[in-house]
Amino acid sequence: MPDRVRVRAMMPPGHLRTPSYLRGKTGVIERELGPFPNPEQLAYRQPAGKQPLYRVRFTMGEIWGDAAERPEDTVDAEIYGHWLERL
Amino acid sequence: MPHDHHDHGTPHSHEGMSPSGHPYRADNDTALTYWQVMEIAMRELLIEKGVTTSAEVQAQIDVMDSRSPANGAAVIARAWTDPDFRQRLLENASDASREMGFDIGPLQLIAVENTADTHNVIVCTLCSCYPRNLLGLPPDWYKSRAYRSRLVKTPRAVLGEFGLNLPDSTTIRVHDSTADMRYIVLPARPAGTDDLTEEQLARLVTRDSMIGTGLPRTPE
Amino acid sequence: MGGRDAGPVDLSQHDFALWEKRVDALMVICSSKGHFTVDGLRRVLEDMGEDAFETMTYYERWVASVNQNLLEAGVYSIEELGRRMEQVARRGATYGEAAEGTADA
Repeated sequence: MPDRVRVRAMMPPGHLRTPSYLRGKTGVIERELGPFPNPEQLAYRQPAGKQPLYRVRFTMGEIWGDAAERPEDTVDAEIYGHWLERL
Repeated sequence: MPHDHHDHGTPHSHEGMSPSGHPYRADNDTALTYWQVMEIAMRELLIEKGVTTSAEVQAQIDVMDSRSPANGAAVIARAWTDPDFRQRLLENASDASREMGFDIGPLQLIAVENTADTHNVIVCTLCSCYPRNLLGLPPDWYKSRAYRSRLVKTPRAVLGEFGLNLPDSTTIRVHDSTADMRYIVLPARPAGTDDLTEEQLARLVTRDSMIGTGLPRTPE
Repeated sequence: MGGRDAGPVDLSQHDFALWEKRVDALMVICSSKGHFTVDGLRRVLEDMGEDAFETMTYYERWVASVNQNLLEAGVYSIEELGRRMEQVARRGATYGEAAEGTADA
C-alpha cells in the first residue's frame, strides 16, 4: 500500500517550490529522495534547515478533474516534507 | 525595473544561418542594450574584485559549449546495449553518467524509462530546470510559457504539436522538475536495430527523445 | 505557471549571443563560489512579476537577477555598478565596442 499524501493548500507569498496547481491535491509517494536544504530559506540568504524531499505522483484526474485529457496519465513532482500531510 | 533605458533591439537582425543551422542572435554589431551594459559592468566589477577572471568566464563558456545532447545519447546507447549499465542508470543516473566519463558536476539525475505502455516527458513549470550538465543548454521552447503551462495539463495536445501522437493505451507520465532532481528519458530502443553498434545507436538518440517530446530515429 | 492557458509551443530555435553565454557563465561561477544560491536567482526572477516575462528576454531577466543577488550579497555597490554602467555605455554603440573597451576608472 503506497503512502498517500496531500499537498498543503496554503498560499503564502514568496519563493517556494511547491507548484500552485498541486496544492490541496492528493498523490502517492513514488520515492524518497533524502534530506535537502529548504529552498524557502536559501532564497532569502538564510541558513537552511534540511527537509526530506519526496517524489509524489498525482493522476491527471486528481489534478484537473473533468478537464483531464486522460485521467490515468500522471504528473510526478518533487515536494518537500513540510508541504505534505500523510493520509 | 529600470525599463527606461531598455532598448529591446531586434533579436533576429542577421540574414542567414549559423553553422548549427539556427538564426544568429543579435550580438556584437547590433545596438547596445541596457542589459548588455549591465552584463559588461557586472563582469568587470567581478573581475576587479577578484571574484572571477576573464579566463574563468571563458573556460565556463567552453565547458557549456562542449556539452550537447550527444553526451546524453551516448548514455542512452550504452543502456540499450548493456543491461547491467541500464540497471545502474535507472538506480543512479548521476553515477552512471560519471562512469562514462561525463563531468556532470553536482547534478542529481534521475532516468525515467519508456516502456511498451508508458511514455515519460520532462518539464519545469516553476523555472527552466534542465539536465544541462549532460545535455547542454535547453532549447528555447523548453523555457517558454506555452510549454511550461500546458504540458502538465494537456500533454497529449502539446506532444501532438511536436508531431508525437501517442495512442490512448499509452500512459503518459509528466515529470515536473520542481526541486533538486533533474530528469532524462530513457527511450525505448527502436525496432530493427539489433545489428547496430553502440555508436550507430547513439546517432538515433535525439535531444527531444531524451526530454520526451520525441522518439528516437528509426534506422534508414 | 503549470496548468495555465497558453498558445501553441513555438519550436523555433536560436543560437545564444556571447553576452548571453557570459551571463550564464557568471551565474554558474558566482553561485558555485557561494555568492548566492539558485533559489535566490529564482526568487528575484519571480519577484519581477508576470510583465517581465513578456517584456524581457530570458537572459535579460537572468542578468537582472544575478545583479540583484550580487548587490544583496554586497559583492559590489549600486554606486559602483551605476558608475561602471555609465562608462560602459559611453564606449560605443554596439556590444562589441562596449565590451572590448577598457575601463577608464
